[in-house]
Amino acid sequence: MTKDECRQVVLDIIADIAPDEDLSNVKPEVRLRDQLQLDSMDFLDIVMELRKRHGIEVPEADYMQLASLDSCAEYLTPKFNALAGKS
Amino acid sequence: MGYDWLKGVADEYDVIVIGSGLGGLTAANVLAKAGHRVLVLEHHYQFGGLATWFTRRGGHIFDISLHGFPSGMLKSCRKYWTREIADAIVPLKDVRFVNPQMDVRTTFTRDDYTRVLVEQFGVDRAKVEGFYDHLRSMNFYDNNPETTGEMFERFFPGRDDVKRLLMEPIAYANGSSVNDPAITFGIVFSNFMGAGVYTYRGGSDDLVGKMADELRRNGVELRKKVLVERVLVEERGGRKVAAGIVAKGGRVVRAKAILSNANLKNTILRLAGEENFPAEFVAAAKAVRINTSSCQVYLGIRKGESIPHIGDLVFTSANPRFSSTELTDLHTTSRTFSVYYPDTRPGGDRYTVVVSLNARHEDWTGLSDEEYERQKERLIEESITALERYIPDVRAKIDWKEAATPRTIERYTTHFGGTSFGTKFEGLKVSMDLPEKLPGLYHAGSVGIIMSGWLGTINYGVIVANKVDKALHAEKRAVAASSTA
Ligand SMILES: Cc1cc2nc3c(=O)[nH]c(=O)nc-3n(C[C@H](O)[C@H](O)[C@H](O)COP(=O)(O)OP(=O)(O)OC[C@H]3O[C@@H](n4cnc5c(N)ncnc54)[C@H](O)[C@@H]3O)c2cc1C
Repeated sequence: MTKDECRQVVLDIIADIAPDEDLSNVKPEVRLRDQLQLDSMDFLDIVMELRKRHGIEVPEADYMQLASLDSCAEYLTPKFNALAGKS
Repeated sequence: MGYDWLKGVADEYDVIVIGSGLGGLTAANVLAKAGHRVLVLEHHYQFGGLATWFTRRGGHIFDISLHGFPSGMLKSCRKYWTREIADAIVPLKDVRFVNPQMDVRTTFTRDDYTRVLVEQFGVDRAKVEGFYDHLRSMNFYDNNPETTGEMFERFFPGRDDVKRLLMEPIAYANGSSVNDPAITFGIVFSNFMGAGVYTYRGGSDDLVGKMADELRRNGVELRKKVLVERVLVEERGGRKVAAGIVAKGGRVVRAKAILSNANLKNTILRLAGEENFPAEFVAAAKAVRINTSSCQVYLGIRKGESIPHIGDLVFTSANPRFSSTELTDLHTTSRTFSVYYPDTRPGGDRYTVVVSLNARHEDWTGLSDEEYERQKERLIEESITALERYIPDVRAKIDWKEAATPRTIERYTTHFGGTSFGTKFEGLKVSMDLPEKLPGLYHAGSVGIIMSGWLGTINYGVIVANKVDKALHAEKRAVAASSTA
């Protein structure tokens, strides 16, 4: 998986949990919270969806790695690739 | 032998949820949607816990805890329930405060509350904004020892009236007092100040009915009239784990995870049992203070009669000054009138008034049966008299009156101390630590003040469901790994 694909995975999840948000102009380097109406419950939903859809576990201590699309990609892409390598 | 309310229930599930309060139901729904097999067991004859209602002769339906919740319910219901449920959430427009220090009408939104504080109370606008900003910036992990009372004094020194306007609605909303950590005020007040107070159009019966439908669609097995007597604890690899439940009558149902929506102290001290925890954890659980309870008076208006619009939520008191002690006193004059107009249940034509008072369990438990009845009569009488101030001819229109007390709440929920709002602040840590102390056992439900109320317990249900989901996935992975190895 590339980092671009990983950003898309996260955006797809956000589109489902926050259907009223316009995601067409999300800036990857800016904190998601600063451009969208996302609260801590929404981030928890992202964590649950990553587990449900992709089998990826984000420990509580790493929640802040999900702050922006770029940091998500940085943090999650290796996890996706490790999973793909296993199967 | 009576009817077997567990008939047809399997011997094993992924998750058993004990209790069907909003926290338990929401956790069950999230876990079912995540693919787990879930069983919900409720001891009462209807689901919903304190989100409940009852019907009485004359066609009356009384809601117990449908007085108002923050706008965040919209988002949570849409995400964790259904669009249909979320779409029935509507704002309450007319909140009133009437006491010797003020007569205020507000929509309880940030703009309007600011208007009241600036124009009616003459507080400097910058001070008000500064106060809101401070509340918004509070974090629950800050460990700030400041109490709500101290915070008020810092922002509005000597302004008893301002403190009253700020504290009174929150004391009703979560049972907190000026002596609780400021965070317990800050989180709830900020939630409300987001966009005002909301209610559910259709009534609690409609809401809980729709939730039960959704749970069944998602494959959850729901059973009522089943009292869980204890959590089944077993030893595995030298460690105690929660392995299932024992229902009244002896039936055992096993599960990989048990999520208790019963009160925190019930969960640890009665359902699981002290002997299954380290001594210091038992001590911490025992030290958790239960939050206050409530009394209510239910007044049904005779069919065909109507009453004028006097507001949706009317906070009243005859006490000259605000006092957290007076608020919970047996003889308190502080009451909130929730007026349910016909649009509460669209298509209906009925009016009801529910009067809520804060109360202390210990004031009610010691009474003889006779004295108990007398005190309930007094509550009803005083409430009608207080309501006559707003609707002078109301007495003649009432054809059902009844009172509930902390004893009533205790009977229906089995909660320690008949608590309306879970535990004081320290309960949250004990609740969160529970699965570490007895693997497989989780607690979700009103706790720590900030996780109480409809929104608080729904969101906490999701937070705990996430922990359960994580553990179940880890277990599945471990099983998969050992079978391929
Ligand atoms: C009078 C009153 C007014 C309120 N008004 C409001 C309001 O306007 N807005 C608001 O947001 N909140 C309000 N609240 C608070 C709100 O109702 C509660 O915080 C919330 O509903 C509690 O949900 P919960 O998930 O903690 O579970 P609860 O509602 O406490 O339910 C727990 C359930 O577990 C069941 N149970 C317990 N032990 C067992 C067992 N051993 N076996 C089987 N079942 C068991 C109980 O029967 C109960 O059904 C009010 C509360 C009261 C009492």
